[in-house]
Amino acid sequence: MMNRFGIYEDKRKRTHTPEGYELLTHSSGPISYDFNWHLGYYWSYFLQGLKEKKFLATRCHQCGRVYMLPRQVCGRCFVEMNEWVEVGPEGVLEGFTVVRFPYVDPNHGGMKEVPFTSIWVKLDGADTRMMHYCNEHDESKLRVGMRMRAVWAEERKGSIHDVAYFEIAE
Amino acid sequence: MGKRVGIVGVGQTHHASQRLDASGVELIAEAVTRALDDAEITIKDIDAVVIGNMDHFENINYVDMWAVDGLGAVMKPVFKVTTGGTTGTTIAACAFYTVASGLFDVVLAVGWEKNSESDTQAAVATCANPVLERDFFAGAIGPLATEYSMYMKAYGATEEDAAIVAARERNNALNNPYAHVRQAVTVEDVLKSPMLSYPIKFLDMCPRSDGACAVIFAVEEKAKKLCPRPAWIHASVVRHDYTHFGDLEWTFMPTLERASAEAYKLAGITNPLKEFDVAELYLPASTCGVKWMDSLWFCDHGEAPKLIRKGVFDMDGELPVNPSGGVICTNPIGATGLIRVGEAAWQIMGRAGARQVENVRRALVTGFGGCSWSDVIILGADLP
Amino acid sequence: MERVAIIGVSQTKYTQNNPLSFAELVYQVTTAALEDAGITISDIDNVVSVSSDFWDGRTISSMAISDASGAYGKDITTVEGDGTFGALYGLMRTLSGSFDTTLVVAHHKGTESNMRGITNTAFDPLVERKLGLDAISSAALQARRYMTKYGLKEEQFALVSVKNHGNAMRNPLALFPMEITVEDVMNSRRIADPLKLLDCSPVTDGAAAVILATEHAAKKLVPPQKCVWVKGVGHCADAFRLGDRDLADTRALTAAAKRAYSMAGIQDPGREIDLAEVYDAFSYMETLWLEGLGICPEGMACEHLERGRFDFTGPLPVNPSGGRLSSHPVQVAGLAELVECVLQLRGEAGDRQVEGARTALAHGVNGMCGQSHCVWILGK
Repeated sequence: MMNRFGIYEDKRKRTHTPEGYELLTHSSGPISYDFNWHLGYYWSYFLQGLKEKKFLATRCHQCGRVYMLPRQVCGRCFVEMNEWVEVGPEGVLEGFTVVRFPYVDPNHGGMKEVPFTSIWVKLDGADTRMMHYCNEHDESKLRVGMRMRAVWAEERKGSIHDVAYFEIAE
Repeated sequence: MGKRVGIVGVGQTHHASQRLDASGVELIAEAVTRALDDAEITIKDIDAVVIGNMDHFENINYVDMWAVDGLGAVMKPVFKVTTGGTTGTTIAACAFYTVASGLFDVVLAVGWEKNSESDTQAAVATCANPVLERDFFAGAIGPLATEYSMYMKAYGATEEDAAIVAARERNNALNNPYAHVRQAVTVEDVLKSPMLSYPIKFLDMCPRSDGACAVIFAVEEKAKKLCPRPAWIHASVVRHDYTHFGDLEWTFMPTLERASAEAYKLAGITNPLKEFDVAELYLPASTCGVKWMDSLWFCDHGEAPKLIRKGVFDMDGELPVNPSGGVICTNPIGATGLIRVGEAAWQIMGRAGARQVENVRRALVTGFGGCSWSDVIILGADLP
Repeated sequence: MERVAIIGVSQTKYTQNNPLSFAELVYQVTTAALEDAGITISDIDNVVSVSSDFWDGRTISSMAISDASGAYGKDITTVEGDGTFGALYGLMRTLSGSFDTTLVVAHHKGTESNMRGITNTAFDPLVERKLGLDAISSAALQARRYMTKYGLKEEQFALVSVKNHGNAMRNPLALFPMEITVEDVMNSRRIADPLKLLDCSPVTDGAAAVILATEHAAKKLVPPQKCVWVKGVGHCADAFRLGDRDLADTRALTAAAKRAYSMAGIQDPGREIDLAEVYDAFSYMETLWLEGLGICPEGMACEHLERGRFDFTGPLPVNPSGGRLSSHPVQVAGLAELVECVLQLRGEAGDRQVEGARTALAHGVNGMCGQSHCVWILGK
């Protein structure tokens, strides 16, 4: 094996070059990339529904699966779904986790506020689950299988946050 | 019909939380040079190159273009594949198909990441639908934590089962000079470590690393000349069935079950637990090392804890899992999947040093990423 | 090389501010390509998605379109680069023996994102990025180098824009069909000298799909008139830093083309090719690449262009679709070129049909200033 410029050495702990110069890092500073995503027909309609305090799901005419979050194509059948079904506003808690370590929120570049509880809830009438927040941050008070209820925001403008969070409904 | 393909050389960098001494291109060069030396060839013998990583970590667009110097790819064919966490195994599959097609004989596959250059969770969070799911995304750990809590509820698995897996992998890494985290731990150390996201604790979870891995694939005729014992590719299967996180099935992993079933069929495997001699599996948390064993057809749903407690997956067990220490000891995301392939190949080639399992004839490799994206690759010492 | 055919193609109308989401665009072209071939989704063995995390604004960009591309229960992968490279990987997967049919689908919503910011990130963060280099400014450097090397004039490049926007008048899917003159181009707003607005391609939204099949699968699934055969393909990349190479030296393209020609048994490309779709992201690029492809001697493409050789009615029509100057959805573009070539070779190109076309060339570019090239030769 040829020894090429120390290419086999374990250099993990190095902080300086062999001549004693510090190994530098360079910060980009804050960068933002703005996007203006088009939501298309399905999500635009769904968000309009949220504004009106309705959870609108799509139903596949071939296999009968009701999808919350709605989308154009039923993956299994590869058909376009054109049936809308109202589901919820209550449902079953199928999974949850309370996040306690903060990290950068890609939406604004600042740190995400913790703790927050991320839940997977299957709304009554739907076959798939949607993700959202729960206002309970104590793990011992949450149990898979509990009934949950959507709490609507005072001001709704056609966003997923028109649902402020889900609360325990029992 | 396609050509048969073997792995003839592997190179890895020394993985670390921060490689101050090397830029991304230099890390790649380190892995590539080591792989060429392992195969005893030079860059002139490489016909084509494929590279991958997860873009947002380094914020470099067109990485295949940016890295040509480190790849030795100036005036060579090169392109990029990327699929999130499964990027590493995607790169391996790409190199495999490239050689199998007969268009190129010797192909260099490179996966790399410098996770220290950015905030990992923020970058990973962007895989969720930005308008409908991103805000609730609980980091890469969220779905993993949730699924294990449901597994515990459904089958009586415990946090201790996961801790056994964590301790096993971390102790295995002590034999791996390239691993990022090399730390002797006991089951109790794991149970006492800080809770990150119930029920996953600090020592259950993977780190984020800087590192690169390069693997050289060659067509049958050349592989036989270049390597005394190439690792032949027997199967490569990918299944990705979900678009939104809420679509996931929780109590088992359908994509992994389907992908592994198809791969076993292609490779003629009927009893995976007995027929594989070693497994390098993509387990981002120790809890996965419990729950996902069910989905690999090693046992029925819910039976995995029994196998773990019997020591079936220990280094001296029936099917050693992750002799390298696995993902919870080393995780440069774009490379992680490829490291599984490289480590499994070394096991077959007999080059795995202190972590060598005896007489390896068949190895199982998996990749995992995003929304339950599952890759399964099977390597063998004999021609397929 | 075993014979592989393209048996189905489709592309969307190229627009700006397309209101459909990525998934909806992909579903549209996937179903249209299946319909074009006359097959169903169950006849597709695997999917190659061509998409970019940067342009889409999310990582694992193919995750969003997995259901829409019919990938449920199938093998799927993602190439991040131009559509010609994605199709190349699709070709290799089809030749590997693992799959008989492959769907390659590309999508792009340029108007949702920030083109100049995103192409700026293609440059090295320490030096070139800080200088604010992006696709347009780096192309301007290349154009100036090309002009200096061979004594060319802006008016000559303007002819490319006139020709291609004019060709787009015959393409109902193009974004900017326009009847313009050299004077119009010369008077258009100066963006980065010597490039003016009409020398540059537009930010575009769109999607395209092609279906590849092995010979025996093609024979089973579709009638012979649907099949267009892959005769040869080659790809090659040059050095990264702009200063590491002569921007007017097209050696990587020549190497890629050489491989494609040799596979296809082509010895005199200028005579043996009936039409070419060449990556004209900027007007000067068309002539530069035609030289690299060996269709003209070095420095001579502008003169040949002036003589009408590459006009729609000339001996070797270049960019009969209107080219990237008329519609430029990044990453989709190369796939759109393959679609155009297939339509031409099948005789389905409507008003823009090149008479008697039997051999076509499609050329895609990856990276800034044409660092990496992929050349395809298709034949009937």
